[in-house]
Parts: sequence; structure tokens; C-alpha cells
Amino acid sequence: MNAPAYNFAYLDEQTKRMIRRAILKAIAIPGYQVPFASREMPMPYGWGTGGVQVTAALLGPQDVLKVIDQGSDDTTNAISIRKFFAKTAGVATTTATDEATVIQTRHRIPEKALNENQVLVYQVPIPEPLRFLEPRETETRRMHALAEYGLMHVKLYEDIARFGHIATAYAYPVKVNARYVMDPSPTPKFDNPKMDNCPALQLFGAGREKRIYAIPPYTQVVSLDFEDHPFEPYRFNAPCALCGAENSYLDEIVTDDQGGRMFVCSDTDYCEGRQAAGHRGSLSAAPYKEKAQEASNG
Amino acid sequence: MTTIAELPPGFADKVLSAQSTFRSVMDAMARPGSVQQIVPMVGTPGPMMRGTAAIALTLFDHDTPLWLDARMAESSDVTKWLKFHTGAPVVQDASIASFALIGDGDALPSLERFALGTSEYPDRSTTVIIQVDSLNSGRSFELRGPGIGGVATLQASIKPLDLFERLRMNEALFPRGIDVVLVADDAVVAIPRTTRVVSRGI
Repeated sequence: MNAPAYNFAYLDEQTKRMIRRAILKAIAIPGYQVPFASREMPMPYGWGTGGVQVTAALLGPQDVLKVIDQGSDDTTNAISIRKFFAKTAGVATTTATDEATVIQTRHRIPEKALNENQVLVYQVPIPEPLRFLEPRETETRRMHALAEYGLMHVKLYEDIARFGHIATAYAYPVKVNARYVMDPSPTPKFDNPKMDNCPALQLFGAGREKRIYAIPPYTQVVSLDFEDHPFEPYRFNAPCALCGAENSYLDEIVTDDQGGRMFVCSDTDYCEGRQAAGHRGSLSAAPYKEKAQEASNG
Repeated sequence: MTTIAELPPGFADKVLSAQSTFRSVMDAMARPGSVQQIVPMVGTPGPMMRGTAAIALTLFDHDTPLWLDARMAESSDVTKWLKFHTGAPVVQDASIASFALIGDGDALPSLERFALGTSEYPDRSTTVIIQVDSLNSGRSFELRGPGIGGVATLQASIKPLDLFERLRMNEALFPRGIDVVLVADDAVVAIPRTTRVVSRGI
């Protein structure tokens, strides 16, 4: 028997129906967390089981899948999830943002603007933005029901009282369609503006916490702030050392024990695309330098 | 009297047909007013349209109580087909239904009779699937809301004629509310509870 012991895209059809119904309700109620019967997946909780289940429920043979982990296509989590679906669903995979129809992401939104034919699937560890302020699910659920979000503003205010500015740098709370306060998953707040009025559908899956939520395309997403302390996306004040980009989100890489460091684009596809187009940063290395030298030597 | 052997068929390929149908419905729900096509072929028992049957096979199972309007319920082909292919329990009480199938829009009951969800769990609401005459000709409607960049225009001939007036209750109820899926043969349009519709006349 060589027949695979699992269904197309791994999940059985009854599970897919259950997840699909949850996705439809999530889209109908933007920002609201729909409970779903999360399954055990062949990877541990915390490795993206929520995102994987959402992706499995919507993936078809014609899809092209991209998976990123902190912006990178080349890290363990991204590679293993991409391989998982290449094996169980036989879908084409890519690292190019504009070729993908489904992009599963762990904590970044690609730099390249998304389009209407794409679905962005987020892996979410803690879907409840109020959880660290109020541990009881019954209470947070009631707070959402009453749109009682004062506590979240108090938390942001305490940041200002203590640090002089809103110090929350990732998982920065947003209000979706002027109703639900939502956790955008631990994306850097640099990415928050990209969620607003985005042409692509955004789906969020939390496997361990058993929640699915969504932002439909062209939906208002506002980062919470105060009039005198408006929301500001944060970015290291440096160009990318490899491609020179001045507007991308940067990772800080420690290069030695003397305080040496470099800043590079966290979105590897974006960075590689820019380098291929001839953009150079201060630390660009071979093969581009060699090629440039060859070219100048004629 | 139809035997099981004579029932209209389900999907030829259960897995991929359900996936393709789901994507059409998901796109419809994500982009209210846009007309999505349901591609897979499926048998059409009694008054059930192709699109409705495909949606039933894609989303219904033993976990989804189902409410049928008189036009659907009185067709033994429909009830047998649903029972055989989906196993979804048919309920008389619309307020506990996950899905409602409406074959005759003129006889659509008051929307308050369906499950509207609760403030804590607004997702526990009925998705009402209404078969309509056309989703590409007829009266013109302007739609706004999440999923729509600016304004979407829908041309449709829908019964009941006052459907969108009745759906205005979603505005006051939100986040509770009713989500509607309109089906005309193989075409699908979704009107989730966030969509605001203005009739522009003929």
C-alpha cells in the first residue's frame, strides 16, 4: 500500500467543514474571535498549528503557497510548513510575494503590497488582546460584547506614564471596523498600517487557543492611541546593509562581541528582489560585488 | 418515491469540489456584492439549485442543524438528498439552525425567528441561504461595508423585494445579526451582517 494515509492537505473533510464554517463567520464579524475545534497537528503547538489548519482548509491544487517566519522564507518553521503542504497537498510553493495566492505568516506582513487575489494567513499564539490584563475568558468575552476597552487604553497610558511614550512594539492592539479590539499577532507595530484597507483577505488562526478571526479586504484597522500620543510605527534608523532599503522593517544582527552589528531587511524576498534589481547596501558582499567588478573590468 | 440509488449525485470529487466551492463562498463573503461562480457539478434534487446543493455538500454535516422553508421541506427529494449526502439534522425551530435554506423568497419568515447569536457569541447565528431569480440582472443595489473598496454595485432580482430593508436590522444588532447567501443557479453573492445596502431602483 503506497496510498497516502491522509487526506488532501492533511485534514479530514469533517474538520475542514468545521474550520470553513468558522472562517465564514469570522469574515462576517471582522475582528471577532470565533471558537473552533482545533485539531492536533503533526507539529507542536506554537509552531503555527492554527495557521496551518486555516491554510489546510482553504488550500486548493491551483494555489501557490508562500510561508514566512519573521519575514524570512528560509527559516526552519517556514521551510517545514512549506514542505508539509507541498507533500500533503502537492501545491506549488514560492518565495516570491507577488506569485503567491496564499501566504502563511508568522509575525510579519510582506513589504510588497498585497493584492485582491491573495489571502494572508497569520499564525497566532495568543489571540486575546485583553488576556494579559484579564485572565478570565468569561470576563474578556463580556468586555468584547460590551465593547468595553478602557482597560487597554489604561495599559497604553501606563506605558506613557512610565516611559514617556507607548512602549508596546509588537502585538500592538488594533480596532477593526470601529468595533472589536484585536491582537494582530506578534507582528512589529511597523506592520500595523499595512492591515488597514488592505486589498487581501487576512485570516488569523490560533491552534492552541482554538480561535479563528479575520479582517475582510478594504476594512478599517486603526491602531489604538491617544490624541497627544499618536500611533507611530517603529523602525531602526538605518538603511538595510544589504540592499540599502530605507523603508523596510529591519532585523538587527550582532556580528561580533565588540558591539558590531548590521541591520538587514527582515523580508528576505523583498531584500533579494532589491539586490537583484541592482540596489546595494553598505555591507553588500559577493556575488554582487564580484559581478560589479567583472562588469567594470569589461 | 425515490430510492437512495435514484437520488441525484453529490460531488464527483468530494475533496476538491468542496474546496473549490468553499473558496467561491469565502470570496463572496469577503467581497460582499461580488458575484462568484460555483464550478463543480452536482445533482440538483427537487427545487434545489446547483449552487445551493454544492454549498450544502461543502458546509453541512451532523453538527449543523438545518431549517428548510416550506418549498424545500415539502420536497421529499430535498430532504432525502440532504439526509443521505450531509446527515444534517432538519429542525423545525429556526432559532437553533446553523443554516436555513429558502426556496421561496416570498415566504421568507421574519428574520428575528432565526438565530441572531448572542453578544458574547455573535457567531452562533443562522446563515440564511436564499435562492433568487438572477444575480446579474434586475434592480440595482449599492453596497458598502467591510470587504468593499468604496461602493459595490449588485444587479439582482431578489425575492422578497424588501430583503435589504429587512436586513437593516443588522445595523442595530451588530455584532449579532444574520448573514445571507444569495444563490442563482451557479452564481453566489454573500451579504454578511456588516454590509449596508441601498436600493437605487431599476
